[in-house]
Amino acid sequence: MLELMSQAPSPITPGTYFGWGDVMIQSGNLVVIIAMLVLFVLALVLPFPGGRSRK
Amino acid sequence: MSTVKESSPDPEVAGTGAYTWTGKSRQWFLRHLPPDKLLPEDQPSYVATWAYVFGMGAVAGLVFIIGSGVVLSLNGPQWYHVSSLGHFTNSVHLWSVELFFMFMVVHLWIKFWMAAWRGGRLLTWITGMVAFLVSIVTAFTGYLLQTNFDSQWIAFEAKDALNAVGIGAWFNVANLGQIFMWHIMLLPLAVGAVVALHVVLVRAHGVVPPLDAAGTDAQLRDSNGTSPEPEANQP
Repeated sequence: MLELMSQAPSPITPGTYFGWGDVMIQSGNLVVIIAMLVLFVLALVLPFPGGRSRK
Repeated sequence: MSTVKESSPDPEVAGTGAYTWTGKSRQWFLRHLPPDKLLPEDQPSYVATWAYVFGMGAVAGLVFIIGSGVVLSLNGPQWYHVSSLGHFTNSVHLWSVELFFMFMVVHLWIKFWMAAWRGGRLLTWITGMVAFLVSIVTAFTGYLLQTNFDSQWIAFEAKDALNAVGIGAWFNVANLGQIFMWHIMLLPLAVGAVVALHVVLVRAHGVVPPLDAAGTDAQLRDSNGTSPEPEANQP
């Protein structure tokens, strides 16, 4: 059992938090939100491959 | 009696065969979901943009989620919490969920600003929202199954909220076995059914045109043999 426990990663990993006043967000969540915003903008501005040749 | 029979067309003579519930169902499906709508050969030109990719991206994510989830459930926690391949499959499951939600949220944003409920697509919009909500509950039960301090913390914070809305008695987040069954059986069935209905509705109504190409939508409906309805009457 102790061997199994030692193989498991440390369960206490609070991560990095950013805060502005009352607003606080964990770094992973912030990265996901920024990635979604970037995907949204790229989807609007990037040309679609082969799009012009279609009817 | 005989005059009544003569006034209504005999389905056998008319060749429709729609005098049983199976025949009537077949006619209904053929009328609303003809094969060329379900599996179309091509799409309107306005679909050739990245903005129309994210719905299918979310479906691709869901396929990976279900595939990795099946492998996880076949092998069990003693495998995926300890072995290298188990850890990898567990990570594939997690990252498929991350991509599923990211694609789904971008899909939601794009469709919201396109007013994608136009042209009789209200039910498509509603099933999309239901799919989003059911997916959140499913992901939540997945977080509870990590069986670490994170999941314990999430469960004991969430139980107060669930008790407050009155469902804590039968949806008990501290009951690992119950949440396990919800996560691998009931909620995947619900997500799968709602997403399937959503995709079928998209196929039935066609993908929504951009706002500046709304006239194309009427042309599409005309070419499908259905009578166009005034845009003002659409929900």
